[in-house]
Amino acid sequence: MGVATYIKDGEDIKEVILESGIPIKPIYGPEDIKDFDYREDLNDPGEYPFTRGIHKFMYRKTPYTMRQYSGFGTPKETNERFQFLISQGQTGLNVAFDLPTQMGLDSDDPLAEYDVGRVGMAVDSLRDFEEAFKDIPLDRIGSGLTINAVASIMLAMYQVVGEKFGYSPDVISATPQNDILKEMVGRGMWIFPVEPSIRLIGDTIEYSAQYLPRTNPVSICGYHIRESGATPAQEIAYAFEIAKTYIEHVLERGLKIDDFIHRFSFNLDIYGNFFEQISKFRAARKMWAKLIKDNYGAKNPRSLWFRMLAGGGGGGLTKEQPEVNIVRSAYYAMISALSGTQTMALCSYDEAYTIPTPRAALISLRTMQLLLEEVGIRDTVDPLAGSYYVEWLTKALEKKIGEEMKRVQEAGGMAHAVEIGYVQREVAKQAYLFEKALQEKTKIKIGVNKYVMEEEKHQVELHEYNDDVANQQIKKLEELKRVRNTRTVMQKLKNLEAAAKEKRNVMPYLIDCIKEYTTVGEMTKVFKDVFGEFKEPSIF
Amino acid sequence: MEKRIRILIAKPGLDGHDRGAKVVALALRDAGMEVIYTGLHQTVDQIVNAALQEDVDVIGLSILSGTHIPICQKLIKEMGEKGISEKMVVVGGVIPEGDIQKLHGMGIKGVFPNGTAFDTMIKFLKESIKE
Repeated sequence: MGVATYIKDGEDIKEVILESGIPIKPIYGPEDIKDFDYREDLNDPGEYPFTRGIHKFMYRKTPYTMRQYSGFGTPKETNERFQFLISQGQTGLNVAFDLPTQMGLDSDDPLAEYDVGRVGMAVDSLRDFEEAFKDIPLDRIGSGLTINAVASIMLAMYQVVGEKFGYSPDVISATPQNDILKEMVGRGMWIFPVEPSIRLIGDTIEYSAQYLPRTNPVSICGYHIRESGATPAQEIAYAFEIAKTYIEHVLERGLKIDDFIHRFSFNLDIYGNFFEQISKFRAARKMWAKLIKDNYGAKNPRSLWFRMLAGGGGGGLTKEQPEVNIVRSAYYAMISALSGTQTMALCSYDEAYTIPTPRAALISLRTMQLLLEEVGIRDTVDPLAGSYYVEWLTKALEKKIGEEMKRVQEAGGMAHAVEIGYVQREVAKQAYLFEKALQEKTKIKIGVNKYVMEEEKHQVELHEYNDDVANQQIKKLEELKRVRNTRTVMQKLKNLEAAAKEKRNVMPYLIDCIKEYTTVGEMTKVFKDVFGEFKEPSIF
Repeated sequence: MEKRIRILIAKPGLDGHDRGAKVVALALRDAGMEVIYTGLHQTVDQIVNAALQEDVDVIGLSILSGTHIPICQKLIKEMGEKGISEKMVVVGGVIPEGDIQKLHGMGIKGVFPNGTAFDTMIKFLKESIKE
């Protein structure tokens, strides 16, 4: 089991056990990889099982996309931020939504009090998307939408706003997070019970396969599971079991694996032990290709690509000696680059105590650019291949990940394991062990439990609650409700309700609702009435 | 024999980051306390009712979203209305230093910003409940 004991004093040399529970020798050599077969275990980049990377030339040809999480307050402010980031060379957007929007609540809902526009932008209706995406070249710039429980609504809205600005569904590229099982394990932004939540995801996958060819309808987030406490091996294992749940649901609808799987992507974390993370990504890429080929019989080579955003690393950053985070993040970025990621995003060095300042966000962007354009990280693909240690560790992680996957299967599969709280319990236990190890100093964190200095305390700053944002949103809503055609809205909501009840794909009905400026809260209410709400299992 | 402390760990509001709440719950349980965890997305009303029903000694709130001041104000007010003002309230999470005095002033006994050692929390609870 992945214990958090990191360094123990042995007799002569220190014993090292990685977070995933793998003991590490001080020296590796040819005997450690004597069963290693180049073609079978690695093969060339772009060739099955893709351990070295999904493309032949990787960054030598196409650099990773750089994406920073942004979106504050009003859609208009968000739009200004987008314009700035694009002007600085950012090639993809990552949209943050406020908590009420993530929970499907309109800005005027009593439960939304104090949270409107606080950690992201408030979206109540199509009007907000019209402001947020104004003058953004939606055919060139893809958008990550950090939303899950109501991802179907936001994806539908993205299509509608695209069409409104002259971009047809086949040229726009959205990547909604849309991974509800990980919300139930880690991030907590769930609304509906497990079964209908999975069905909504199925609807977006099915719809995208037909109408949104450049959209990635699901981004499986091991990231938040890891940030909640899981070990690197568990992060991948749980992500895979979640992916399998969605895949099997969609296959039951009669789709073929090759119809949709090439649009799945992964969002994974980069903090922690340097080589453990790199090996984790290499093992994951190989295991995914085998899983999709062997378990699901995919024929198209593209179906076997493990496409990922390896980034963030927030869990590794500290509010103590925060400048050190710039260095930490640079190493995390290097992990990501050496792991062959498609997209990179970095947490800003000041994120542990404040809202990232534009300067801090810019340093993150420059870090990613520096790796690509200054120190030669893009010159050759998978430069660590053939290292005794990295190849041995990649195999060791493959084994660990497999064991963790088996545990979930023994608990009844991911959907059931989440319903009964098995995964939540495992993750909470790891988080506790990790925290204990920090406090007992068996795990070292620079500036936190070692090399601690008297320093000027950074005042913790939070997203200040600004009444103006809420008032503005509420005023916009009131005005909207006066001018839109209420009768048509009611009719469209009725159609949506019927579709949800009869288990038809809800996407076209959501699009109809959105075109009439139906609010996010109104559509969510329909789903709540039909589906009910998730009840959190007790894990203590 | 020492009295076994009963504590309600609660997550008010919409924020879903519960790593801290769960970690603290496990630490307090290991320290011999009886821990009841409310789960996510609780209204203040639900929290006060749970405290009443479970007859806990302490209510521990975990707040990371920056809404600690209005939520604590509301909680203290509702506790008064329900006649359970004698119960101790502690708060943990992302709490700016400047707000700690404000929270104490409202009647919040213990404030534990993230990073507080388990031992500090445990000692504080054991000593305060004994009094």
